[in-house]
Amino acid sequence: MSFFGLDCVRKKEREQERKLRANDREYNLPFRYATNAIKTSKYNFFSFLPLNLFEQFQRIANAYFLFLLVLQVIPQISSLSWFTTVVPLVLVLSVTAAKDATDDINRHRSDNQVNNRKVQVLIDRKLRSEKWMDIQVGDIIKLENNQFVTADLLLLSSSEPLNLVYIETAELDGETNLKVRQALPVTGDLGGDMEKLADFNGEVRCEPPNNRLDRFTGTLTYAGQKYPLDNEKILLRGCTLRNTEWCFGLVLFAGPETKLMQNCGRTTFKRTSIDRLMNVLVLCIFGFLAFMCTILAIGNYFWELHKGTEFTIFLPRPDGNDAAFSAFLTFWSYVIILNTVVPISLYVSVEIIRLGNSFYIEWDRKMYYARNDTPAEARTTTLNEELGQIKYVFSDKTGTLTQNIMTFNKCSINGKSYGDVYDYTGQRLEITEHTETVDFSFNPLADPRFMFHDHALVEAVKLENPEVHAFFRLLALCHTVMAEEKTEGELLYQAQSPDEGALVTAARNFGFVFRSRTPDSISIVEMGKQRSYELLAILDFNNVRKRMSVIVRSPEGKLSLYCKGADTIIYERLHQSCSKLMDVTTEHLNEFAGEGLRTLVLAYKDLDEEYFNQWKQRHHEASTTLEDREDKLDQLYEEIEKDLLLLGATAIEDKLQDGVPQTIEQLSKADIKIWVLTGDKQETAENIGYSCNLLREEMNEVFIISANSLEDVRQELRNARTCMKPAAAENSVFLPERILGKGVKVVADDVVNGEYGLVINGHSLAYALESSVEQEFLNTACMCKAVICCRVTPLQKAQVVELVKKYKQAVTLAIGDGANDVSMIKAAHIGVGISGQEGMQAVLSSDYSFAQFRFLQRLLLVHGRWSYLRMCKFLRYFFYKNFTFTFVHFWYAFFCGFSAQTVYDQWFITLYNLMYTALPVLGMSLFDQDVNDVWSFQHPQLYVPGQLNLYFSKKAFFKCALHSCYSSLVLFFIPYAAMYNTVRDDGKDVADYQSFALLTQTCLLFAVSIQLGFEMSYWTVVNTFFVLGSLAMYFAVTFAMYSDGMFLMLPSAFPFIGTARNSLNQTNVWLTIFLTSILCILPVVTYRFLMVHLCPTINDKVMFKVRQAKAMPPPPPRRARIRRTSSRRSGYAFSHAQGYGDLVTSGRFLRRPAVSRSSGFAHGRPTTGFSPMGRSAGYSPTGRPQNTKTPDVEVTSLQMYRSIRDPAL
Amino acid sequence: MVKDEKESANRPDNTAFTQQRLPAWQPMLSAGIIIPGFVLIGLAFIGIGVVLFISSRSIQVLEMDYTGVEQKSACFKCSDPTVKDCICSLEFSIDSLFKGPVFMYYGLSNYFQNYRRYGVSKDYNQLYGDLTYFKTPSDTCAPYVYDKNKPIVPCGSIANSMFNDTFRLYQSVGTNGTKKQVPFDGKGIAWWTDYNIKYRNPSVVPLMDAFNGTTKPIFWSKTAYELDPTDPNNNGFINEDFLVWMRRAALPDFRKLYRRITAGDYAEGLPAGNYSLEISYNYPVLSFGGRKKVVFSNVSWMGGRNEFLGIAYLVIGALCVFMSIVMLIVYAKFKFPDDE
Repeated sequence: MSFFGLDCVRKKEREQERKLRANDREYNLPFRYATNAIKTSKYNFFSFLPLNLFEQFQRIANAYFLFLLVLQVIPQISSLSWFTTVVPLVLVLSVTAAKDATDDINRHRSDNQVNNRKVQVLIDRKLRSEKWMDIQVGDIIKLENNQFVTADLLLLSSSEPLNLVYIETAELDGETNLKVRQALPVTGDLGGDMEKLADFNGEVRCEPPNNRLDRFTGTLTYAGQKYPLDNEKILLRGCTLRNTEWCFGLVLFAGPETKLMQNCGRTTFKRTSIDRLMNVLVLCIFGFLAFMCTILAIGNYFWELHKGTEFTIFLPRPDGNDAAFSAFLTFWSYVIILNTVVPISLYVSVEIIRLGNSFYIEWDRKMYYARNDTPAEARTTTLNEELGQIKYVFSDKTGTLTQNIMTFNKCSINGKSYGDVYDYTGQRLEITEHTETVDFSFNPLADPRFMFHDHALVEAVKLENPEVHAFFRLLALCHTVMAEEKTEGELLYQAQSPDEGALVTAARNFGFVFRSRTPDSISIVEMGKQRSYELLAILDFNNVRKRMSVIVRSPEGKLSLYCKGADTIIYERLHQSCSKLMDVTTEHLNEFAGEGLRTLVLAYKDLDEEYFNQWKQRHHEASTTLEDREDKLDQLYEEIEKDLLLLGATAIEDKLQDGVPQTIEQLSKADIKIWVLTGDKQETAENIGYSCNLLREEMNEVFIISANSLEDVRQELRNARTCMKPAAAENSVFLPERILGKGVKVVADDVVNGEYGLVINGHSLAYALESSVEQEFLNTACMCKAVICCRVTPLQKAQVVELVKKYKQAVTLAIGDGANDVSMIKAAHIGVGISGQEGMQAVLSSDYSFAQFRFLQRLLLVHGRWSYLRMCKFLRYFFYKNFTFTFVHFWYAFFCGFSAQTVYDQWFITLYNLMYTALPVLGMSLFDQDVNDVWSFQHPQLYVPGQLNLYFSKKAFFKCALHSCYSSLVLFFIPYAAMYNTVRDDGKDVADYQSFALLTQTCLLFAVSIQLGFEMSYWTVVNTFFVLGSLAMYFAVTFAMYSDGMFLMLPSAFPFIGTARNSLNQTNVWLTIFLTSILCILPVVTYRFLMVHLCPTINDKVMFKVRQAKAMPPPPPRRARIRRTSSRRSGYAFSHAQGYGDLVTSGRFLRRPAVSRSSGFAHGRPTTGFSPMGRSAGYSPTGRPQNTKTPDVEVTSLQMYRSIRDPAL
Repeated sequence: MVKDEKESANRPDNTAFTQQRLPAWQPMLSAGIIIPGFVLIGLAFIGIGVVLFISSRSIQVLEMDYTGVEQKSACFKCSDPTVKDCICSLEFSIDSLFKGPVFMYYGLSNYFQNYRRYGVSKDYNQLYGDLTYFKTPSDTCAPYVYDKNKPIVPCGSIANSMFNDTFRLYQSVGTNGTKKQVPFDGKGIAWWTDYNIKYRNPSVVPLMDAFNGTTKPIFWSKTAYELDPTDPNNNGFINEDFLVWMRRAALPDFRKLYRRITAGDYAEGLPAGNYSLEISYNYPVLSFGGRKKVVFSNVSWMGGRNEFLGIAYLVIGALCVFMSIVMLIVYAKFKFPDDE
């Protein structure tokens, strides 16, 4: 089909609708649907060379050198031999081709691997094992537990009751919680019966292939009946089947037409700001080149007019060439000669340097996380120097700042606080890894990973303190967690939110083990005794209630209501009798909240049987009414949840990752602004903001924007700004702005006294991102030190990043770990993925990944800064050395009749960039460091020059050019004057062209090498070896090429025979070399010295300090744990979705309940449309459809294949 | 133990290289190095400059233009291109002994031997004695490849334009105007590598036969194999005058070594006295505004006379010393900001 790799398949008209019939390949064949074979590779064996070359020559630089090559073969123009261009060009092309080839081989390999997986297909009424690539649309396939879904399938039947299947969609959206799909009952009845399935001839009409993962529409026609199909019945390629023995599916879309593959758009190619600057500069250089050539062409015209015509006795012109034509030819000849201003090796060297610096990142042991054996990974090797210029960091919260691990840390039971450890003197001890943990061996069902340090609580449990028992009984009963017990005693909890999991696990360890549940019972093991509670009602959580309750009947028949919820909410519903206890507990709550813990208050109430029955009756009525059901239920709940008795409070630590506060402090010292974008609720986000040092008590004010309309949001933003900077309030939208390129204004930063923070809510953010307010928002936000956006959707995350990118000429970095961060990671200049637990999506679309947030400071302050420094030094020096090299030709033109005569030997021109100067500058760009990493951390301000583009900018470039101009003047005129009319010490010629060429090129090489020495601030052995080695190599190669032997082999290629011997033995030649070298260097040294003393930069200061200190600086003092004394309190901590109570009681979640399938339960009440909200819960106050831009979950083809390959199955 | 190793399989190596901790020397432009450095370099330069200047001054140079532009010039009559086989004579006197060995150069100015098209116009293979290129010279020789359908040997512009003035130097001895010819030595004026390796005659004896079917360059009056009738080893492509000419100059004003005066009474140099230089004036330069001159010069350890180097060393040395003083002042005034 694609013999030439070009997918020259028929151009079929866009599919309008898909029609297919099950088990009928003949019927489906004419539609020519794609088979399940996929192809992500670009080339095959034959197409590689032509295609790859074609691609490479699309790059402007390569095309330019090809063009030069063409010029060089025109004899009238050729001022240089063809090899001066061919050698470097071939080198560059082959290196790139080799890289492309290895990439493509890998893709072929993964394609093959995926295509050759086996799956069972129903063919000829029998199940046969077939390769994935042979699957066709309309086939019925059988999947087994833990298998990847082969193609996009319509679920027909499954082994599970109600035809349910459980799937994990981590590959698609990164969410690891299981999702449920349910087959139509009519297909479900087919079951696993091969005959029935083989006879199944349903026809499906559905939408054409598209990339929307969350939507599907179609109909199934079977046995004369039509059935609607939606997303709930579809299994997408890339999912994994879990907890389901087997299922059958009908292939709807295969291979490249599956939704996963349709999402495999290529990621946009990211370029660094240096890249962009370089492009501009290269264009300028082209302009400058044309300008120089024009001047020289004009010069040639006049020379030919005045001197050339007279000189024709010795140098007749070719027929028909007049001065103008000669000038024209000269122009092109000089284009060839002066082309070295844009040397081809620039691009190659830049790539090598980036690659090298990427390796350093991967090799860094200080960015290696031993706990899960993850080193840092530079997934993109082309963005390194941009890491040194970051101005804005956008960070996800959960899993990035926090570990997404909730630990039951403290509790307050009946007015007594547990969880702290005290020493003999009553002094509270810091809890470290070495603190002794409580021994739970009395409880065989305890979770060994659970840690607790306060022995008092266990003692209280063992002493059968009734309040303590009630406390843990509540925790064991009041939740929606599912338990799975694969082997006896090995419990696995599936919690909807990690908070709940932590609480239930705590109860489990303290002897109240939640073991299993059915829709109407909960069995727990209470201090070793199995007890079963009848579950009478779940009063589910929602955003308004901020609490949940269960009503249970104990084995003894006692009715109780257990409730847990946000403190403020529960406190309103407590019985007066607990007022004393409330005061004590409040104190504890404040203490917990002050430490950044998430708190919950627990309360219970015993119920009267009669009252409950009556309530139950009303509840039943309410839940079956059609109108105002929610309200009525709420009222009922409200009614029963009152006069509660306070049990105590729990404190859960949303564990920050190690070193997060310190990292944030360091980054803000480096003048990097950190914005936290989280899907969490405002309270939680704010809380984390404080505990990770982003928001601080010392801040002048923290503004909270939570308005619900466009105008209000605008007003709140404006108020905030007035507060920060009264003067600039009204007109500051039109504050200093610069027009940038395509008419986008760049907003300058306002300078604000004092520190402010901004917290903005999701719905307000939606307004703030509208085009009329976005500038207002940006201005206000940028005046604040810290910005926290809560309840943000993935799309909004990307929008915020885009907003900053649009108006601020600053480099942005987004860091996150989950699928919901993918959009922002892709939108930002640099995306960093935390390789954590939450799926691989973020990592796969990121440019860099590592395991811990704290590595970010090393990535930026050390690697980023060095990379930027090195790249800038490299570029400055590289341009310098090439300009100097080239300008000498320009000056020589005035003495050789503008005839495009080169100054140097052609071999020197060929090898200058390739051999003589390549390694030293590479050495500098791979090893240089101004100060070491410890000092980089000590002085985060060192990072600031990168943000301001100080090391390499148009100005710096211009300085380079001027410097080169000076050097080239020295390098041409000093040898000129020194050799003028002089001779060797034996009277023979030394002012001939060849000797002059040799002298100039030697001077040049010395001058640029010494200049390099001054640029380099870190001389390792390698550097020294490179610099001296290159000089030595120059002499070795020169003497070799100017030797008799080479000449005898190829007389016309090595005409410089004997020049080296005859001229380098002359004292005056060496005196000239010495003179030019010194003269090139002196002004540089003087300038640097004066600059260092008159206006030292931060680098100079730190380097001076380092010099003075000599020794290593003392290690930074260990920060004590930050304790806040504020009264800020976390709200109801659950990042919880509503509706789980229903699920639990409906039994849909439960595997193999006692109810048989035919009990009629299957066709019970319509469920509320179970759609797992999870962390990527959609939210759109403006009514915009979510995910209109699907790139949110895009993966590149390559990345995807990694992801399919990787999972440990 | 094995398990441990496995668990940290991805741990990067702990080497100075991968951890970027290679030991290194970190130089800094501190005042303690720079200022004394400048003073030292300055003094050294001044020293070298003085030596260079003095030795350059000690070199004697006698330069005479004989283009014949002015009417009173001895060669004026020859400057007319229509005059053939013109001989003119330059009279000059030397006051004191011109110390030997004395070198005689001819100099041309405004002559673009470094013009690219001129420079490429030769055939290395032909000049290397490869007979196949005698029959078909390379195209690079254009426009002097063929003359009347016969290949030109040696071909090309450079060879064609070979300088062909010849000189004879006489010293007036006694008062009666007797002239004594000063012997010229034409051996060893070209580079050894040019004479022995780069240029070679075909190994055909006699040499003349190699040139069968070829023609001499258009401007030449003699064929290549009879350039020097006195010495058969100085003919063909290894004629030293030819070699000197073929080593083209870097700049439009240049000198080329013509003869050495090393023999006989003049081995010690040219004694004081009157001399006359007899020039057979053949080479046309006036048409393109060029100049011809002869130069007598002796050399020192630093080659020929060139005052530039000495002066440059002196000036830069002085500048270094001056800058070191400026830096010292700046350093004393501003020190280094101790803390930010």
